[in-house]
Amino acid sequence: MTSVAGRVRSALDAWHGPLVSRIAAALFGGYALAALASVAVLALPMSTPQAVLTGQLASFVIYAAAVIWVFAVRSALRAWAGLLVVAAPLSLAAWSVW
Amino acid sequence: MSDLHTWVGLLLGWVLYAMFLTGTVSYFKDELSQWMRPELPAQSGVPDQAEVAQRVADELVALVPGSPQWSLRLTDARNNSVYAFWRTAGAAPGQRAFGEGNFDPTTGQKVSSRATLGGDFFYRFHFQFHYMPVVWGRWIAGIAAMFMLVAIVSGVITHKKIFVDFFTFRWGKGQRSWLDAHNALSVFGLPFHAMITYTGLVTLMALYMPWGQQAGIKTAAERQQLNAELSAFIQPGKPSGEAAPLASIEDMVRHAQERWGRDGVGRVTATHPGDAAARVAVARGDGGRVSMSPQYLEFEGTTGKLLAVHEGVGPAAETRGVLYALHLGRFSDTVTRWLYFLVSLAGTAMVGTGLVMWTVKRRQKLPDPARPHIGFHVVERLNIASIAGLSVAMAAFLWANRLLPETLADRANWEIHSFFIVWALTLLHGVLRPAKKAWVEQLWLATALLALLPVLNAATTQRPLWRSLADGDWVFIGMDLMCWALAALHAVLAVRTLRHQPKTRPARKPAPETVKQAVSKPANGAVLREG
Repeated sequence: MTSVAGRVRSALDAWHGPLVSRIAAALFGGYALAALASVAVLALPMSTPQAVLTGQLASFVIYAAAVIWVFAVRSALRAWAGLLVVAAPLSLAAWSVW
Repeated sequence: MSDLHTWVGLLLGWVLYAMFLTGTVSYFKDELSQWMRPELPAQSGVPDQAEVAQRVADELVALVPGSPQWSLRLTDARNNSVYAFWRTAGAAPGQRAFGEGNFDPTTGQKVSSRATLGGDFFYRFHFQFHYMPVVWGRWIAGIAAMFMLVAIVSGVITHKKIFVDFFTFRWGKGQRSWLDAHNALSVFGLPFHAMITYTGLVTLMALYMPWGQQAGIKTAAERQQLNAELSAFIQPGKPSGEAAPLASIEDMVRHAQERWGRDGVGRVTATHPGDAAARVAVARGDGGRVSMSPQYLEFEGTTGKLLAVHEGVGPAAETRGVLYALHLGRFSDTVTRWLYFLVSLAGTAMVGTGLVMWTVKRRQKLPDPARPHIGFHVVERLNIASIAGLSVAMAAFLWANRLLPETLADRANWEIHSFFIVWALTLLHGVLRPAKKAWVEQLWLATALLALLPVLNAATTQRPLWRSLADGDWVFIGMDLMCWALAALHAVLAVRTLRHQPKTRPARKPAPETVKQAVSKPANGAVLREG
């Protein structure tokens, strides 16, 4: 078990797996999170045009924060986990209004 | 975090440098446009907006009969011509055709000046570039802005001793000095850089983050409601098909002047002029209020009856309006605009020093400085063309404005082609010459082009500096003096580059203390270990 995991890990290391994973998490995960948040805002009790604009205005803060988070935490796995933890409640809110 | 800052900064640094510099000069885009249309006389005072609006509206009725919509940006303290924009009639449904032009406020006629995009070229290039679909350009600009935002935040995290760095400056110490300069420039303008980057994203946020709008806005009525929060462009409804002339535009603008002051009107927009269903919106200008959110009076086109007063939008829309206005700085008086210009120029220098630092830092570590590896070579050459070369190309654009024959077909575009041809030549020159020689030669070339521009202006127009001084023509005086100031700046850079002796042996301390400290923190070191 450990040897397989070890071999996978060293293979990943060879092509900079964790780094590539982090870059993907920052670029695409960060954008997805920001986009999700901009939709989730619609669930708040305010008029639709105001909610749309609030979501757009806030989305870039969220994107930047997500990118910083992804590169600040100890491992790529944690980076993804953090993004998913935030995405879960946002998805619920977004799902309720889409 | 330090690596993130370096790579994010480098990858889009060249694009950002061009965006920063062209954006910086865009704070004077109206003045540049005046300078590039020297046939239009200097404006001694702002003409009465109501009369000007009526004059140009009459001209448009004759020029584009049956247009479903036209809009005028009236003259103000910084504009001596009226910019008009219109939809042309008879376009197939779903297909839109547009036209635009500048008009003389005193005659109402289309301006008889050389064809030029004026300062609008740098302004448009700043966020959508050229030679590519507008939307692609805007996406590239948005990605660059997002990288910039990340570079700023990670830069702040990297430089924990930010205020100590600010007061630390070591002249003539090679890489140390570049880093110190970069830090000082960044910290000095930090609030501005963060603001300008974020607000830049806000100006095009509907393009970058359309998802909330797609999810929430489902009907045409909702879309109209959202648009009304964002702009004073009233949407053309259906024409009645019954012909009826427009009422007095002059009276409508007078009404608005009573509300916002004599020079307070920005735009006049008419939908279906000449039809019984015509509507006219008179919108407030940007001057003197720190928001771009729409304020306008809506009139019935055929009677001139005031239908509605729109003077407030929702809190989120107002927030957007303020952020948008902060980016454009159009609210500002002359002093504020110069401050904007100077801090923005410091921002340009921040990006420039950051780019140069990449090569300065790595040159010391090169195994054989005489034969650097290909990556170093590419970065070095791109730096030359994108920093020194851009100055040369921008100056060349202004030279083209004075030198291209007025009868040349497609003249406005040839001014732009000249800019890009010269820019491409600087890249070629940068590749062919040794790096240091290329830097110095291009900086001297930029110095010469800028220093001689007032001379060229004197030789090719009726408005040389001595006459501008006698007439109190501040746009032309300012332009001439600015050219000399910028020429002096480039001369200083050229001399300093010439005298610069790069340390070619490996440095004793490859990593400067601040960077080393940041890297040694476990959280920040993780990326390095993985990479």
